[in-house]
Amino acid sequence: MTPTIAILLIITFLLSTVGLLLLIWSIANNQFSHGQAAARTIFSPGEEGHSEDPALAAEPAFIGDNTEQAVAIKARWTADQSSRTAVLAWLSSAIFWLVLGSFFGLISSLKMHLPEFLISSEFLTFGRVRPVHLNAVTYGWASMAGIGAALFLIPRLFKTSLAGGKYAIMGSVIWNIGLVLGLGAITLGLSDGEEWLEFPWQVDILFVVGGALCAIPLLLTAANRKVEHLYVTSWYLMAALVWFPILFLIANLPYTFPGASGATVNWWFAHNVLGLWVTPIGIGIAYYMIPKILGRPIISYQLSLIGFWSLALFYSQVGIHHLIGGPIPTWLVTLSIVHSVMMSIPVITVAINHHGTMMGNFGRLKDSPTLRFVWIGALMYTVASLQGSMEALRSINVITHFTHYTVAHAHLGMYAFLSFILFGAVYFIMPRLTNWEWPWRKLISLHFWLVSIGILIYVVPLTIAGWKQGVALLDAAMPFMDIVRMTLPALQARTVGGALMTLGHLVFAFHFVAMLMHRGAGNEQPTLFRPVVKETAQ
Amino acid sequence: MKGALAIMVGAALILLLATLTLVVMPYLQMSAEQVPPDLKPYTDQQERGRQVYIANGCVYCHSQQPRDPGFAPGDRNRGWGRPSVPGDYAYDQPHLLGTMRTGPDLFNVGARLPSIDWQLLHLYNPRVVYKDSIMPSYPFLFRHVDEAAEGDKVVYLPAPYGPESGQIVATEDALALAEYLLALDHTYPAPTLPKTDEPKE
Repeated sequence: MTPTIAILLIITFLLSTVGLLLLIWSIANNQFSHGQAAARTIFSPGEEGHSEDPALAAEPAFIGDNTEQAVAIKARWTADQSSRTAVLAWLSSAIFWLVLGSFFGLISSLKMHLPEFLISSEFLTFGRVRPVHLNAVTYGWASMAGIGAALFLIPRLFKTSLAGGKYAIMGSVIWNIGLVLGLGAITLGLSDGEEWLEFPWQVDILFVVGGALCAIPLLLTAANRKVEHLYVTSWYLMAALVWFPILFLIANLPYTFPGASGATVNWWFAHNVLGLWVTPIGIGIAYYMIPKILGRPIISYQLSLIGFWSLALFYSQVGIHHLIGGPIPTWLVTLSIVHSVMMSIPVITVAINHHGTMMGNFGRLKDSPTLRFVWIGALMYTVASLQGSMEALRSINVITHFTHYTVAHAHLGMYAFLSFILFGAVYFIMPRLTNWEWPWRKLISLHFWLVSIGILIYVVPLTIAGWKQGVALLDAAMPFMDIVRMTLPALQARTVGGALMTLGHLVFAFHFVAMLMHRGAGNEQPTLFRPVVKETAQ
Repeated sequence: MKGALAIMVGAALILLLATLTLVVMPYLQMSAEQVPPDLKPYTDQQERGRQVYIANGCVYCHSQQPRDPGFAPGDRNRGWGRPSVPGDYAYDQPHLLGTMRTGPDLFNVGARLPSIDWQLLHLYNPRVVYKDSIMPSYPFLFRHVDEAAEGDKVVYLPAPYGPESGQIVATEDALALAEYLLALDHTYPAPTLPKTDEPKE
């Protein structure tokens, strides 16, 4: 134990020294000078003060007041079109996996209170349906929709066309093959056996390759970029695309980490998938969408950069809070707990920016579907993250660990935060890519209410029941079966919530397909072509 | 490009640091940990049972890691055993520590419920044993035969749970799984654990 502590002390000392030097360097080199000007790079000239909200029919799009501005808007339209095929490939796949994953989630939920439901086939036993759900929604829905949104945002942020889009399309094909094989393997009972890492390692290679293929257009486009400053969204997206392949590769190394050290690698990975993969994508999208829809820059750009680096530093070390009380060295657990609590720093900086920018504009939530989804997602990020920091404390964790409370928390993060932001992003992106209006705005509303009420019914009862379950488990006076009976109503409520969410996804998928097929009232002209016509008329 | 590259390299370096502290150092420390002398490697049949345990996702409802009674007293008081130490998992590849206790901890289930007949009965239909259990039945691990052949392991079911005619016999998978569960017995003393049960802090 002593050499470990010595090494830790040395690392800590070196890190603090490097950190101090970095700070001195950045002050000396004016690295903090990115002012609000940098926050405005997402607007094309003259666009600030105008809302861009493609999902909203009533909103007249900003078209530029003079030739220069109109040209900039036209250039953005070209940038949007350049990513079209690649983005559509990732988004359509994502929505397919969302629907499939939802049904598997619903079946899992039913099985929790109807244990005789669908038991005759081994392929549909709870212990296979549940990991199919998790992997389909994580690697299918969330990851693919996230990459799709990133591919759409990158050319916009770099103000240039997407270069090497064909690599991203190839990546989506490989990724989808990986999902089919991986989910098939779990169903056949060929799981690797660790949570979040169930896909057999042979299949995992496909994800590393598919993900790496997406890095090529990112690098090519970055090389061609026409903006001086990289807006904070691109920081998050670039970092996420660097982190995921590394994480996924190390964690899936076969025959490397046995026994208890396997558990630390397992949870180092599993929480990093959330913290260093889907979270930066979600936050990055919100950092773009909220100011864009409101037509005003985020309130503190410096804070957003501090938020980025502190997220990288702290989130990468929280994973072992999943093993509090487990058979691993105490220093390791403490390290993760400290970082989990420190996570409140990036969370608060992001909250100040997201919610502070919203101040005085909450009325816009009434009419903008994108903003409603994205901002509620951002709000739930704040809530779920602060809850997560609390859950990492030993005194709280001793109750919530091993209970349904954690499951409710996971859905607050992955669904109410991430999926809501992704829904909003899809509503924003699709009209821009297809030059077509959403056919039925009422369906967006229906989707919103179904999933919102659904997740509420999912999270609240499960959180309460999970807490009671945790308290009861600590006291052996309550027989185990009594605890099981106590949680049943919450498990049933979850099925109701899950069913509403699944229904919402069907509405969403239907609307998406209708949009692709150019159903309903469409806009013959791309919205952004109108300014040019007006320009000539002047 | 310079700015973009700096961000990506910086991001990768930070992850490298986390890998060092959360992957490499624990690995080095725990690989050096003493393996309890009383811990037996799995037999081929138990290892096969372990694969059945993995294939059917038992880990999603059952943990295998009792906590220190000074921290979480319920774990010991429910009879789940002493706190586990890294050495207890020396032969576990992959680990099956679990993060959920929809069902009880199984680290010492072999010591707690040492009857193979009980285990098979419970796997065939948990509600035979616990009326309100929400654990799934695993009928696909059993065969329904008219008459058990020589060497078949028959599962004797009380009415009304048995079939109307014929008998239920365990498959090789069911037997292997039950043997694995019986092998989950870590009641030997852990050499690296402090002798006292008093809270450490």
